[in-house]
Amino acid sequence: MTKKTKTLNLNFGPQHPAAHGVLRLILELDGEVVEKADPHIGLLHRGTEKLIENKTYMQAVPYFDRLDYVAPMNQEHAFALAIEKILKIEVPIRAQFIRVMFCEIGRILSHILNVTTQALDVGALTPSLWGFEERETLMTFYERVSGSRLHANYFRAGGVHQDLPMGLDTDIAKFCESFPKIINDLETLLTDNRIFKQRNVDIGIVTKEDALDYSFSGVMIRGSGVPWDLRKSQPYDCYEQLEFKIPIGKNGDCYDRYLCRIDEMRESVSIIKQCLAKMKKGPVKSSDGKISPPPKKDIKQSMEALIHHFKLFTEGYRVDNDEIYTAVEAPKGEFGVYLISDGSSKPYKCKIRAPGFSHLAAMDYLIKGHMLADVPAVLGSLDIVFGEVDR
Amino acid sequence: MDLEKKINSELTTKIKKSEIRHDQLYLNIDSEDLIDVTLFIKSNENTKFRQLMDVTVVDYPENTQRFKVVYLFLSHEFNKRIILSYLISENEVIPSLTSIYPAANWMEREVFDMYGVKFKDHPDLRRILTDYGFEGHPLRKDFPLTGHTEVRYSEEHKKVIQEPVKLEQNYRNFDYESPWEGTKYIKKQTGQKNDKKN
Repeated sequence: MTKKTKTLNLNFGPQHPAAHGVLRLILELDGEVVEKADPHIGLLHRGTEKLIENKTYMQAVPYFDRLDYVAPMNQEHAFALAIEKILKIEVPIRAQFIRVMFCEIGRILSHILNVTTQALDVGALTPSLWGFEERETLMTFYERVSGSRLHANYFRAGGVHQDLPMGLDTDIAKFCESFPKIINDLETLLTDNRIFKQRNVDIGIVTKEDALDYSFSGVMIRGSGVPWDLRKSQPYDCYEQLEFKIPIGKNGDCYDRYLCRIDEMRESVSIIKQCLAKMKKGPVKSSDGKISPPPKKDIKQSMEALIHHFKLFTEGYRVDNDEIYTAVEAPKGEFGVYLISDGSSKPYKCKIRAPGFSHLAAMDYLIKGHMLADVPAVLGSLDIVFGEVDR
Repeated sequence: MDLEKKINSELTTKIKKSEIRHDQLYLNIDSEDLIDVTLFIKSNENTKFRQLMDVTVVDYPENTQRFKVVYLFLSHEFNKRIILSYLISENEVIPSLTSIYPAANWMEREVFDMYGVKFKDHPDLRRILTDYGFEGHPLRKDFPLTGHTEVRYSEEHKKVIQEPVKLEQNYRNFDYESPWEGTKYIKKQTGQKNDKKN
């Protein structure tokens, strides 16, 4: 006599702390084994791309902060680079260093969040308490340079909005001295932790081939042993002048991805240090008055500056007819902007390529055959942020 | 660039136009050649475009062939990018790339959701980003920015209900673009357009 079995449908989320936001995952379970996963996304869809089409280029920048909201400036970077390439704007070297430095701060922000919440998902509370203290310090750097902790709106086509305030560079340097110790502390809690390893080793394995087929990028592809990092292979801004290593995983499981993130944080600290050392005094935005607004002092004295200011904040600058795709290595993977300009001051089309989107699309492939308890572990190591997945 | 020559020599009849700008190769093809071209650039030894980074559509409502479908490919081996595009009219059904690139699954669902372009042989063509029961395709240029419906919790019905959008003040779209002045390099190209506005 054959035994009749019935699969169970389970709704995971959208209000589940391990769903990392508003993910509704419909799981088909056979006992405790997941047979099928169907992620329903879009609960945070705001129509960012439509909104950007209706804003001038400068007004569009804040929308990029709201995509992956744990590493805002990395996204702004992709957009700024796209405009700069079309308009062929030279970015002053100091601005390049500032941008790269804050992108690496963003990478640390994102990786701390991911590593510690992944630990939280599998049962360790302490790492998140330790990690979030450091994130707070980093966010004060964001605040001091841009005025807000999260939604910075700091990068501009042609540079950054303002120079670093006094004393910020020494404080960042101090942080670079103290932070590696915290990474070591986190590692003592997790890397050799028996429970953490039981929950992550050999879970959610991605082979090289599949990582390519599913358009993975960032840590998701490096964890599987593919040495691919846009900062090295297609360097933008001043990454060419900096020395850093790319950590590569071996087995492509959740544990390797965790190790990659930990090592990337160390590399980021070293990049920030190099930026601070190489940074010289100088302008922080393009000197072209048609692109970057004049300083406040000039507006009071110069007619031309006043006109430029008025034009830039009403009409905005116009961007040539062109079509371009630029990508940056965001903490979560390849973040790209496909921009079509039509000679007016608003983008005709701005498609945002979010790394998390392709990663989550492979959820069914990743989780099939795993136990229910592995779902949060895999989800955690995908590094999903719904701001960018839903756009 | 070598890559352009190689692809052109192998696929002479299929490539309508090829061009290199910003270190990227722009290819224009016909929609019926899509499968052949992608199979070639994915598997050929000299191209190896193993990753499909994104699929999207650009809407030009004034054209008879309204949509431009765009595919972004990346080759790790040769460190190159291809932007592949072709034009289709509004109700044309286009082939799906899901069998060649599994990643295309959600990307094509998104295109379907946002633009209403249908894919042949797609395993699971459902809406993805918009709400359950949503009508219309939001990224089309003729879809209003404010949308058609708004939601609220109704005390009467004890559930969330949808109603037509009621705005206290109409959405205002000021045209700040000056018809007179523009930087020199832009004047060259859009000069004619500006004259029209006057």
